[in-house]
Amino acid sequence: MNGSGSAVEIAHLRKTYGPVTAVDDVSFSVAEGEIFGILGPNGAGKTTTVECAIGLRSPDSGTIRLLGLDPHGDRDEIHEVVGVQLQANALPAKLRVGEILDMYRSFYREPTDVSELIEVLGLGGKRADYYRSLSGGQRQRLSVALALIGRPKIAVLDEMTTGLDPQARRDAWELIEGVRARGVTILLVTHFMEEAERLCDRVALIDNGRIVALDAPASLATRARDGKGVRFRPSAPFDDRLLTELPEVTRVEHGGPDVIVTGTGELVNAVILTLAVAGVTAHDVQLDSSSLEDAFVKLTGRHLHKEGAMA
Amino acid sequence: MSSFALPLALPILARRTAFGNIVLNEVRLTWRRPVGLIGGIGIPVLLLVVFGELPSFQRHMASLGGLTTFDLYVPILVVFSLAMLALLGLPIPLASYRELGVLRRLSTTPVPPSWVLAAQGVVQLCVALTSLIVIFVAGVAAFGAPAPKNAGGLVLSVALAIAGLFPIGLMIAAMARTANGASVIGRLGFFPLMFFAGLWLPRAMMPGVLLDISNYTPLGAAVEAIQDSMLQGFPPAAPLLMLAGYAVVFGFLARRFFRWE
Repeated sequence: MNGSGSAVEIAHLRKTYGPVTAVDDVSFSVAEGEIFGILGPNGAGKTTTVECAIGLRSPDSGTIRLLGLDPHGDRDEIHEVVGVQLQANALPAKLRVGEILDMYRSFYREPTDVSELIEVLGLGGKRADYYRSLSGGQRQRLSVALALIGRPKIAVLDEMTTGLDPQARRDAWELIEGVRARGVTILLVTHFMEEAERLCDRVALIDNGRIVALDAPASLATRARDGKGVRFRPSAPFDDRLLTELPEVTRVEHGGPDVIVTGTGELVNAVILTLAVAGVTAHDVQLDSSSLEDAFVKLTGRHLHKEGAMA
Repeated sequence: MSSFALPLALPILARRTAFGNIVLNEVRLTWRRPVGLIGGIGIPVLLLVVFGELPSFQRHMASLGGLTTFDLYVPILVVFSLAMLALLGLPIPLASYRELGVLRRLSTTPVPPSWVLAAQGVVQLCVALTSLIVIFVAGVAAFGAPAPKNAGGLVLSVALAIAGLFPIGLMIAAMARTANGASVIGRLGFFPLMFFAGLWLPRAMMPGVLLDISNYTPLGAAVEAIQDSMLQGFPPAAPLLMLAGYAVVFGFLARRFFRWE
């Protein structure tokens, strides 16, 4: 459509509900073929941002372009090229999977091959099943199938893996990577750090309706602290100065029997080698690499939902 | 031959278009959850058979100008069927689709959610027409009701009754937040309105005040127009205009207040 330009352009988006400002001056652009994550705690404004982008809500101000199209002015064309997966269950209980797929297929000019799609999503044997008999994970996958059925150029996936078990979640991630390999741009709303780190080329961290940081997940994580950390249990006591004199090391701390060393560069090699020369072995070495979670805490002073609490 | 080929060809043709597919699935849902079919066809046809077999209902009464009580009940049962479909059959699925987010989900596809509303209308209309044909044919052929005096007036009366009642159903779907809410509002409307249609006391037996009120209710006006077409001739303007008025007012209100999410 517009070569290798932006698939999504959002500038100064603002949306209020009465006195509450849900989205406040949000701007970002997503390149074609990119997986772009919108990450933040519940109520941060992620879903409102995405709902404005796909034309479900009208922003108070700001401009939105998807492949150069305006979600309100070019409604028909937008829905042909943008596939959407919403959070809520939205299908009648007494329709069969195959009947739902055939109906959604008929909405699009050039739909995809349904058999192949549901095979990839692990719904191949479910065509004759009623929607109400599907498990939560199967419903979620059907919802993803409906988002992809029209061969979209952009897929918007809102909390795609919420409610899935860990295996189903990893399957969904593989699917998304496969979809991107076909050149589809993906806008992924999530509050799972691991998901964003695994899938996204870039992530916008949203808090209280504002973007607090926007970068590649790894860069955001490194930015969160001044370096990386290594944690281990020494076989014998040693003088801290042994390590603090190393150029790679910035700090040495003690936590019970463990030693935590923070620093930069080839930190782990330098620490282990130096200790070995001094006759000390490092047991149970753990790389204390910082994560998006750290980045989020550092930038906002608050925690995202913990993965375990969501299951 | 062609009359057999058509119902077979329709599903095949329907699958080629988005609207056809939506209608097809609405038909399946109506069949799998046959509340509308039971209320719209089953109950009125059952009542028709019961009333038709009651000797006291088949006695020609001088006070009714030689008509039987059964003759009076044919239009009442027609209106019963229409009211069931308009006040319950139409709004309950629509409210449930909004409650589930089906309409919202559709508004992210190239197909507008209003197509589901139209498809529901088409399905309920087909159920209504089936029911009316069964009631008229069985009422006249099996239970001796007089053949309609004015067929054109009857068609016009039924058309205006549908036009007046269906928007009331849409308005119920607009007011209710949930399918249960729509069901409660629909039933609260159905029984008093059916009283004024004469279900418990036919209009010909109503005292003056009740009849006056009945004339202003949508079901009362519908019964009057249909009954006059069947027994006398082209119906008077008053009930027809009353039905047209309900169509306009509730059509406007439903359009104004219906929400897609």
